Amino acid sequence: MSNRRDFMGMALGGFTALGGLGALMAMKKTWDPLPSVKSAGFTTIDLKDYKENELVTEKWRGKPIFVLKQSKELMAKTTDETKKRLIEVNGDHYMVCVGLCTHLGCIPGYDKANESFLCACHGGVYDATAMVTKAPPPRGLDIPPFKIEGTKLVLGGTCPEYEKMLADGTTLKV
Amino acid sequence: MAHFDENAKPFSHQWLNERLAVDTLKRVMSAEYWIPKNINFLWAMGMVLAATFGILLVSGIFLLMYYNPSVDLAFDSVNYTIMTEVGYGWLWRHIHGVGASLVFLIIYIHMFTGIYYGSYKRGRELIWISGMLLFVLFSAEAFSGYMLPWGQMSYWAGMVITNLFAGGSLHADGFVEWIRGDYVPAQAFLSRFFMLHVLLMPLLIIGGIVFHFGTLRLPHVNNQDGEDFDFEEAAALWKSGNKKESKVIPFSPVFLSKDVFVMGVYFILFFYLVFYHFEFAMDPVNFDPANGLSTPAHIYPEWYFLWSYEVLRPFSTDVGLIAFAIAQVIFLTLPFMDRSPNVAPANRRGKFHIWFWAMLADMLVLTFMGKLPPEGIWSTIGFVAAIVFFALWIALPFITKSEKKL
Repeated sequence: MSNRRDFMGMALGGFTALGGLGALMAMKKTWDPLPSVKSAGFTTIDLKDYKENELVTEKWRGKPIFVLKQSKELMAKTTDETKKRLIEVNGDHYMVCVGLCTHLGCIPGYDKANESFLCACHGGVYDATAMVTKAPPPRGLDIPPFKIEGTKLVLGGTCPEYEKMLADGTTLKV
Repeated sequence: MAHFDENAKPFSHQWLNERLAVDTLKRVMSAEYWIPKNINFLWAMGMVLAATFGILLVSGIFLLMYYNPSVDLAFDSVNYTIMTEVGYGWLWRHIHGVGASLVFLIIYIHMFTGIYYGSYKRGRELIWISGMLLFVLFSAEAFSGYMLPWGQMSYWAGMVITNLFAGGSLHADGFVEWIRGDYVPAQAFLSRFFMLHVLLMPLLIIGGIVFHFGTLRLPHVNNQDGEDFDFEEAAALWKSGNKKESKVIPFSPVFLSKDVFVMGVYFILFFYLVFYHFEFAMDPVNFDPANGLSTPAHIYPEWYFLWSYEVLRPFSTDVGLIAFAIAQVIFLTLPFMDRSPNVAPANRRGKFHIWFWAMLADMLVLTFMGKLPPEGIWSTIGFVAAIVFFALWIALPFITKSEKKL
């Protein structure tokens, strides 16, 4: 008798747990970003529109994207390490980064005179390639995934140049 | 079936008693729920909190009728529709804003009263733990509500706080996007925090309050001397008419009348703030609509989160996150970190007396430093205060272990 009751209890418990897991999975999926949100995640910019040492802020996935065409003077200051952060198109170098501080996500401001970015929230500083030069930010600004198409850049796409940046740790996946 | 008198008049006392046991209910819930006599006004904070929660609920219901949880309309539905068009809409908003701030002031007083008088000791651990769970729920309720006006502070507080869930070097960005339902706080984010604020969190809070009351029933309320006496004996004395000799009073109407007096004083302050100084609960930065392409110069939370924010701030990202996470839950462990068996007010407990005031002072310093920009000497003071916070918690088991038995 007791064995039969145990069996009924375990069978009921098992099916209830299964249903519960299914419900949890449905709840998790309901909280996922919608397909429309994901598919709206591509932005195309044309690199020939930008002027040297003049910061332009674009928008991609609701985030600010910093584009800074590097002048000769700026290029002279780069090291092997920071040069890897730039995108080269037609011989020109561009810094293209997500304009959110890697510390806690505030937007750093560009100081043209000092050719550096300062985050007002907690005092982080980045150079013109958006490499961090003063803590607390743990790393340089992240580079968004991109695909080079002629002089155009499709943010959200991917290409060998971007894959290389990911592979050698120049940027993290955003 | 129970006995139902066929002659009882519908809705008469007897009729209700047979169907609902109203007399038993009244006896168990109030007339014979015993409270010690040896208490002071600080024992009224629980009912003050319950009343403030009630006021937040009522004012929230009226705000809910005109609030529009859409990223395009939310800001105007609060700052234009509710504030200028709706009759007395400003009143509900100011009550809701001031109430949200004061509820935390009273929670902190309630907490530190418990710490001072040792009301978390053996037998009362669950009162303390359920109370701290309520603190966590109220924090989530306050944060989700802060998103709703969709001003600059709403947006950027939402951005910074959800970023904490990336876990620093773990870079769990997918998890952050999952919480937001988007790459940045946007429509999905606003809608789900709206749901949390008006439904899920209030439900959990109501459940938490019922649980908190439940944990109080068997161990009873503590008293000013931490005296352990026989409640049944004291209650029998009261019921036999020896009210003066008895150490207890019934919850209703005797204790409740004391509560109502304290509430009266509290509500004078409350409505003074609602009518004359509501601006302290309204950050000017949040009167600019949310803009994902411009960060306000200084982002700081409301005053009641400043101490834990300051624990996060002076360290590097990972250490700061760990410190922050520990600070959020460390108070839950108080009944087990305090190794002394003494249930007594802190002023009779030697080193614990110093610990109590040092902890209170340190949290005040953290609170003030959290509001100031993180520069120069303020940075250093904040850093030292954060270290002292953890040092005090590490010291607690040792100083209480060596405490003399009273």
